[in-house]
Amino acid sequence: MTTMTRPAVHRRSNADRLRQGLASGKFTAVLILLPPALILFSLFVILPLADAAYYSAFSWNGYGSPSDFVGTQNYARLLDHSVFHTALWNTAKLILVSLIIQMPLALGLALLVYRKTPTNTLFRLVFFLPYILAEVAAGLIWSFVFDGDYGITAFMFQALGQESVYVLADRQWAFPAIMTVIVWKYFGFHMMIYIAALQSVPKDLIEAAKLEGAKPRQVALFVQIPLIKHAIVVSGFFAIIGSLQIFDIIIPMTNGGPSNSTHTIVTYLYTFGLSRLNIGFGSAAAVVLFVLAIGIALFYQRATTKEERV
Amino acid sequence: MTSATTRNTLRVIVLILVASLVIGPLLASFFGGFKSNAELRTNPLGLPDIWNAENYIAIFLDGTFWRYLGNSFLISSMTVLLTLVVGAAAAYVFSQIRFFGSKMILSYLLLGLMFPFAAAILPLFIKVRDLGLLDTYWAVILPQTAFGLSLAILLFKAFFDQLPKELFEAAYVDGCSYLRFFWSFTLPLSTPILATVGVFVFVQSWNNFLLPLVVLNDRSIYTWPLGMMQFQGEYLTQWNMILAFVTLTITPAVIFFLAAQKYIVAGLTGGSVKG
Repeated sequence: MTTMTRPAVHRRSNADRLRQGLASGKFTAVLILLPPALILFSLFVILPLADAAYYSAFSWNGYGSPSDFVGTQNYARLLDHSVFHTALWNTAKLILVSLIIQMPLALGLALLVYRKTPTNTLFRLVFFLPYILAEVAAGLIWSFVFDGDYGITAFMFQALGQESVYVLADRQWAFPAIMTVIVWKYFGFHMMIYIAALQSVPKDLIEAAKLEGAKPRQVALFVQIPLIKHAIVVSGFFAIIGSLQIFDIIIPMTNGGPSNSTHTIVTYLYTFGLSRLNIGFGSAAAVVLFVLAIGIALFYQRATTKEERV
Repeated sequence: MTSATTRNTLRVIVLILVASLVIGPLLASFFGGFKSNAELRTNPLGLPDIWNAENYIAIFLDGTFWRYLGNSFLISSMTVLLTLVVGAAAAYVFSQIRFFGSKMILSYLLLGLMFPFAAAILPLFIKVRDLGLLDTYWAVILPQTAFGLSLAILLFKAFFDQLPKELFEAAYVDGCSYLRFFWSFTLPLSTPILATVGVFVFVQSWNNFLLPLVVLNDRSIYTWPLGMMQFQGEYLTQWNMILAFVTLTITPAVIFFLAAQKYIVAGLTGGSVKG
């Protein structure tokens, strides 16, 4: 064997030898640069998620180590709990509102302001502003708006000569109010995605359509929107994954109330898992959230790529 | 021509209407901070009768307000620094060095793009507690960095892949090591993407609520969203105080947004489009 490989070594070029000489440097580089990311990611992302699956099989208050194995009981309790049903349904409503109201609104506004003019830039900035504000701050501001004694809704009802409605304390109105704030907070984000895509649509395509006599609405429907389909698919994905995780806005507005009617999956997980130190039970809810997120993501990806192929 | 002008007028009317719905609540809370509670009841929306800055001044002179902002600033800056260094280092390896298993490790690190952060919050609480990190800055910094790494690595790798290969070959022949090359060429050449990711991570961290809520109990270490909820709990229905506090705490974000809007928009939307 050795006699057979030796001539090959002699025939190596200078560059090859240099590369071999630095091979050890390559190795140290990998050993120094990669582990921090791997350790952090494993310790604070992968392990906790695996732990959630493990804890969900125990009845555990978080102290000591989990020992009271209950199998699938936590899941059974969860699926039996009417508040969890409400939380699931509310989360579904958030997804629907994002897809059916927020995204078309964002797309319409994007079509109105995508051209690069100073006034358009100003409007874009204004529309994007709520997105960078903290959800908690937005929630607090809006709970003032909806306050039955002080807020703007109180003012409106009084102006109409009617008894004021405490929107956020009303089972019927609290969640629609939250959905309004969600649209207010996030439509600018989706709009920006569409604007970036609209600006990359070739101008001559639009000009050609106009020369053919297409009206602006037709240009939008048959030229621009089909060409930015990818951006719409991406923004839809973010709308869904984002809606699944709504938490911050609910806490200052209703904290899940009145009578547990405005919980989402995450506020449910927090309220019934962490606040009451039912780590096992809360972990079961976390596993459901995880499975839903991954399941929807995969389904969405498959559904949209299939459509693109046609 | 007339149809074009009417169309444009309509367009501007729609835009102004939406803009006022967006700005309205923000202005109302800014004005509200100047009003008395009695005035808030009769005039929640409009300009205050008397511009009484008492509430604002009281909060300004209160040390806890600055403490909350300081804590948030420290945590956000450290998260940005750590994410940039750790994320860029890993992305550099995937971009420049071929070795067995690198593709698999990359896919592993990118898994985080799909994972909902909230699903990990209970075990994170346990983990942080067991590590003895509760009520420390690290309790927020480390998990935030870990969850931000996937997107950071994805964006950095895409950028590093586009850097000219000739540069590396030249430096390589001159005996420059991989580590030195990373430090003195890759990083300085990558300031646009570093800024974009940095701004994105900063905003995320600055606004984060769930993680600090779970791992910080000591008020002296509260970030500003926690401080704001605390403040609201203390003043309950004194809306003028609460609105003044909210206005003051969101002001840095608004100023930051106006100053760095180019990077913010690129970071928050550009990154997602590539993803």
